[in-house]
Amino acid sequence: MAETRPFTIDSFYKYVGEHKLMAAKCNKCGAIQLPPRPACTKCMSKDQQWIPVNPKGKLLTYTIIHVAPKEFESKAPYALGIVKFDNDGQLLGMIRDIEPTKLQVGMTVAIDFETTSTPATPQTPAQWPAWPRYFFKPA
Amino acid sequence: MNGKPLVSIVTAGMSKFGRFDGVYARELFVEAVTDAYQKCPNLDPKRDIQALFVGQMGESFEHQGHTGPTMADWAGLTPIPSIRTEAACSSSAVALRTGIFAVMSGLYDTVMVAGVEKMTHRKTSDVTEYLAMACDYPFEQYQGATFPGLFAMVGRAHMHKYGTTEKQMALVAVKNHKHGAMNPKAHMQKEICLEDALSSRIVAYPLKLYDCSLITDGACCLILTKPETAKKYTDTPVNIIGTGQASDTIGLYERENLTNLDAGRLAGNEAYKMANVEPKDIDVAEVHDCFTIAEIVAYEDLGFCEKGKGGCLIENGQTGIDGKVAVNTSGGLKAKGHPVGATGAAQAYEVYLQLTQQAGKRQVKDAEIGLTHNIGGLGATGVVNILKRA
Repeated sequence: MAETRPFTIDSFYKYVGEHKLMAAKCNKCGAIQLPPRPACTKCMSKDQQWIPVNPKGKLLTYTIIHVAPKEFESKAPYALGIVKFDNDGQLLGMIRDIEPTKLQVGMTVAIDFETTSTPATPQTPAQWPAWPRYFFKPA
Repeated sequence: MNGKPLVSIVTAGMSKFGRFDGVYARELFVEAVTDAYQKCPNLDPKRDIQALFVGQMGESFEHQGHTGPTMADWAGLTPIPSIRTEAACSSSAVALRTGIFAVMSGLYDTVMVAGVEKMTHRKTSDVTEYLAMACDYPFEQYQGATFPGLFAMVGRAHMHKYGTTEKQMALVAVKNHKHGAMNPKAHMQKEICLEDALSSRIVAYPLKLYDCSLITDGACCLILTKPETAKKYTDTPVNIIGTGQASDTIGLYERENLTNLDAGRLAGNEAYKMANVEPKDIDVAEVHDCFTIAEIVAYEDLGFCEKGKGGCLIENGQTGIDGKVAVNTSGGLKAKGHPVGATGAAQAYEVYLQLTQQAGKRQVKDAEIGLTHNIGGLGATGVVNILKRA
């Protein structure tokens, strides 16, 4: 049996680099934590397992950022949304492959990952971790 | 507690809010402190003040940490203990609460609570980056989120769920600018019209420039004492009769409820219960309008209207100076300005002025009970205090 990765933010983003969206499931109370945490915040058990997250979900809300942080200025305007995945958990991320005016609360979106053909990742300050990125796209 | 005074405010001071080139935070702090002293001749600061609690959000702004003793030093308060509290934009509401605890504990009779921030010397992009530190880093900042962007998402969710409109949000800005124009210490003392607000450039849809509060320099302080000894200092003390604070997830993204800020609501519930008052008893309130949608959300979270009806409350003009509840008579964060670490104290300062009939042109007639509602980050901290004329 392969060694279980620690339930950390870094592990989450390493999975993202492998094009996998993974959450932690508590073996004691069954709560799902996306992103994972070292202990379940519902019952504080550290007995957890990794589970794949359904890659599709519903757009709960969104915005279109016109005034961007320095590292994202070249991307502006860009859409950001909060997505609730079909089995559980929510994430915030950039929404690509859609005209911002076509965005609708409640629409179905899917997780998308950086591929080699994707334009360069926004430049981040040197001290920021170089985590792989996930995105959302219409599904 | 049941409405009993927790502590009394015997004097308060505030620097002018605005943009002050070449001035340091500690110098603004001295302006606030001397303002408070000058209004209270019976107070001997060096004899009477026994501890300082000062809120400040960011040491990045001036590359200056260790804010407690920095401020105590410049204000001539050494060697009393000095403590900085940090809770993002609610840093000095937390300082105020800490001061309440310190006096209620019996350890101190009289303390100073304060807040200070110097921001305008930094480029807007730097300020945006420093402020964003109050939201989640790995799953919000790293994904390109900004503070306006996160509040915009609350706004968009509110529009979808309750039919709230961009016009209703803009009306909050119009009202608060109208109030700010009557406040000689406000950063922007200029009225705006609805068309200006609606046609201003988009920062983060649906929020436009005029939906956003100001980057401001400022400082504010209040002197708290035991209620039994307040009359030694002034004939017109103001009592704090309720206080509440709550925490929520650091990230907005994982919350079930995206249309309200539960920490503010829970803090309000706690403060109302302690003060033994109801929302309808509040005559004047300073609420956290860092963005116009946040004021609409605050109306609902504080029970000034039903959930989802915050937009109607502003549209019906019920939160102006002559309204059902006068909200942000100071001009709010929107027009008075938002020196983040000073905001919580400055909200209490305005309510103190209102309850002691010192609010000049913006005075709410017969104001007796007031409330402050201060939010840190994207509602990860909520603080509510309730004040009553003694």
